[in-house]
Amino acid sequence: MTSTDVRTRPARRTVSPLPAARRARPAVQRGPNLTLGAGPLARTLALAALAVLAVIWLLPMFWAAFTALKSEQDASDPLHWIWPQGGFTLDAFRTVIERGDLPLWMLNSFFIAAAVTVVTVAVSAMAGYAFSRTLFRGRRWLFTVTMASILVPPQLLIVPWFQQMLTLDLVDTYAAVILPQTVAPAMVFILKKHFDTIPRELEEAARIDGASHARIFRSVMLPLSRPMLAAVSIFVFIGAWNNFLWPFVSTSDPALMTLPVGITAVKDAYGVQYAQTMASSVLAALPLVLVFVFFQRHIVKSVATTGLGGQ
Amino acid sequence: MSTPLASPGRPRADRTPRGLGAAVRRALPPGLLFALPFLVLFALFMLWPMVQGVWMSLTDTSLAAHEPSFIGLDNYTEAFGDADMWRAMWNTVWFTVVSTVPLVAVALAMALLVHTGLPGQWVWRLAFFAPYLLPVGVIGLLWGWLYQPDLGLYNHLLQAVGLDGYAWLSDESIALYAIVIATLWWTVGFNFLLFLAALQTVPDHLYEAAALDGAGAWRRLWHVTLPQLRRITGVITVLQILASLKVFDQVYLLTKGGPNGSTRPVVEYLYDMGFTGYRLGYASAISYVFFAFIVLASAVQFVALRRREK
Repeated sequence: MTSTDVRTRPARRTVSPLPAARRARPAVQRGPNLTLGAGPLARTLALAALAVLAVIWLLPMFWAAFTALKSEQDASDPLHWIWPQGGFTLDAFRTVIERGDLPLWMLNSFFIAAAVTVVTVAVSAMAGYAFSRTLFRGRRWLFTVTMASILVPPQLLIVPWFQQMLTLDLVDTYAAVILPQTVAPAMVFILKKHFDTIPRELEEAARIDGASHARIFRSVMLPLSRPMLAAVSIFVFIGAWNNFLWPFVSTSDPALMTLPVGITAVKDAYGVQYAQTMASSVLAALPLVLVFVFFQRHIVKSVATTGLGGQ
Repeated sequence: MSTPLASPGRPRADRTPRGLGAAVRRALPPGLLFALPFLVLFALFMLWPMVQGVWMSLTDTSLAAHEPSFIGLDNYTEAFGDADMWRAMWNTVWFTVVSTVPLVAVALAMALLVHTGLPGQWVWRLAFFAPYLLPVGVIGLLWGWLYQPDLGLYNHLLQAVGLDGYAWLSDESIALYAIVIATLWWTVGFNFLLFLAALQTVPDHLYEAAALDGAGAWRRLWHVTLPQLRRITGVITVLQILASLKVFDQVYLLTKGGPNGSTRPVVEYLYDMGFTGYRLGYASAISYVFFAFIVLASAVQFVALRRREK
């Protein structure tokens, strides 16, 4: 996949890779539609199909919020399963928030995801630069090993990771949750390919002036890579925020749990309280969904550029 | 394609570096220095665990405290004769087959529909992609509630139109498919965005040319859009297969692998063996059997993709 950084290459309208959100808009105004017939029948059918799909996809989320606004009694009333007899209430939300662990897990998730993102992006960008722009002995060999390891599913490493954390005496610490997640060979690959697309002329002037690699990296490469770095950061952050298996295995102390791990632990502990369960689900879902509502364009672009792992 | 610039010159010779950091900097080429932080993490949390995993798979390492002893290939022999492991392997493969098809096809259909430029772009994208942003813990709680046999939404809806409800997650014959549906809902948005991005790279002039030749909407779809998407469809399918093979989270949260082991995938089996059964050595051996399988599957797909591109 090529870079989307418009500043580094002339924007060619038709082939410019993926400014997804930007190019979807003009399609609305673009006279007779080119992918769909201009006929009203085709438009109506397509719209109907979309509407049906959207309803199917939105219904579960709507139902979660709807249940969360009922009292416990109404939530588990099989006869009046739609409209609550006792009206709507915020009790479930109140109970869940007062219990206090949900905000804590949210903070944990945020802290862990932010730490994973900062370390991963910094380390991968530097490695990407090294593989793209420098020469040292063993470079090709190291790059090949890094690429090959993209194939290794992290799920299969949980056993040795756990053993390792026992050895290092790190079980039930933030470090144990964070460190294994910071190794992201695919991000190194994506950033290396991205740096490859930046024309060398841009750094040559700096080089003639005697700038070191550190200087060129900081003042030439990084500023030119902002969109790419943002895309990679968003992608890594979402992945870490939602990661389940490793945080689940490496923490048993509720004070260290992340959101996905914690809320499932609650379900087992409190039994069937459907309104409360859905209230905590809604609260747990809210941060990223809100971020998406406000930054849709960036997230769409991030997935589009990073999601293929640089294929 | 890169012919990296060698930089044997020492542009920072004007400074006089002191201390340990400077000593390291002088000893190592600058390129290696840049790669070093990654390489250290990589060695610590990728290479070491992989080597340690091989070693553990040759021992009877256990979470219950006793000194592990070397037992050769016993774990592997046991794994190959372990009916439960083969069952988990089969569940994984079957889940991959029945989940990959809709996850690619529905995503493509969604992308094609949204790409027509109908009004409400923002809403469609939100509806299809937002579930992907939900933590899997929420998926477990939400779908557990939707599938609840007596109170859940889906059985209520089925009964409202006069059909029988299902014991979605506790009926051996349908539990896996119920999980596939939840997975489709949860992750299809990711593939949808990839397809949508790919659609935007199809050059307009191809459509214009086809339209000039009098091709209708259907013919443009079959003869312009879909052929242009062939490569990306191949890539998305491969990535989806690899992702589906690693399934664990939502299965564990919805059914814990039950009823009766009918939904338990390999990753859960190795989790169960290692962390519930305390047999870390045996779990490592299963990891490597499965890893070999994934490498094989990737190689096959890689060759297939290559051939199609020729």
